[in-house]
Amino acid sequence: MPWNRDQIAARAALELRDGQYVNLGIGIPTLVANFIPTGIEVILQSENGMLGMGPFPLEGEADPDLINAGKQTVTALPGASYFPSVDSFAMIRGGHIDLTVLGAMEVSAKGDIANWAIPGAMVKGMGGAMDLVAGVKRVVVVMDPSISTAHPKSLSGASCGSREPAWWISSSLTCVSRLATRFAAV
Amino acid sequence: MLLDSRQVRKMISSYVGENKLFGQQYLSGQLELELNPQGTLAERIRAGGAGIPAFFTKTGVGTVVAEGKEVRAFDGELYVMERWLKADLALIKAWKADAAGNLVFRKTARNFNPTMAAAAKFTLVEAEEIVEIGSLDPDAIHTPGIYVHRVVRSTINEKRIEKLTVRPREAV
Repeated sequence: MPWNRDQIAARAALELRDGQYVNLGIGIPTLVANFIPTGIEVILQSENGMLGMGPFPLEGEADPDLINAGKQTVTALPGASYFPSVDSFAMIRGGHIDLTVLGAMEVSAKGDIANWAIPGAMVKGMGGAMDLVAGVKRVVVVMDPSISTAHPKSLSGASCGSREPAWWISSSLTCVSRLATRFAAV
Repeated sequence: MLLDSRQVRKMISSYVGENKLFGQQYLSGQLELELNPQGTLAERIRAGGAGIPAFFTKTGVGTVVAEGKEVRAFDGELYVMERWLKADLALIKAWKADAAGNLVFRKTARNFNPTMAAAAKFTLVEAEEIVEIGSLDPDAIHTPGIYVHRVVRSTINEKRIEKLTVRPREAV
């Protein structure tokens, strides 16, 4: 059995180190926050404009003005700060964020990440992924099994930029047998 | 609304993933789309407001984003030149405004608002609350009134949440 989304996120969470400033992408990367290992504390950045992002709010306590980059309602931890997106990307491009976890549909052997369009079929936009790839010290890539198997090898031209990712996790069809029990590491 | 009536000719954006109508119009060739990395888009707008015609960033080097643009090496690394971005009209949503146009945003609603307010010829602000001049702490103002041309009070203060995500109380 290939790993499910939670299992992939839990593995990615093992890459976190105590005290790091971390940006989590949309999708499986967001789930990484649920699996931060005991004894490790990281500060989460949300690129729409906050540091110190906390868990989803309790029922009835959601604040429409407090959302993450995926538009989900979140909370702020003690010590959090808010700022405009332009400052958020200054942190990212300026090399101040230690680690990012990004979703990808395709990853090349040299570390190109494709995650924002399927030529002729779908276009979402790169959002902040290209800035994160360019500016964050360590890039961890996770692959959503459903997306990468639906559109295998169809993404050339939609790259976010070349960058050696720390490693990636995949459960796409082509690698299922190998990745069911271990990771593809680069 | 403008998409519904096909009044949008071109859009410059970084993420359009959740707008189905937009996706249809773009893929069928009715709508021109320029996708920018989000940080590049933010910085282009900042540059527009600050009177800086171009800047270099490493974001997008080696991708379609850099096609047709000047790429230059600084201290051994490649950077792509991006141009400023300005608008005729900016529509800004603020939390509090005073009559001088000073603005305060709330939590993550700040987003692109202060940057965009500075980059338009005419900046129209919809504020949840308009307060007396002098009642906002000058140290806490996010957008100084110099960038703001008109303020209207919001008549619809029911805020919609696109993706409500919560934890059940039992889990705590």
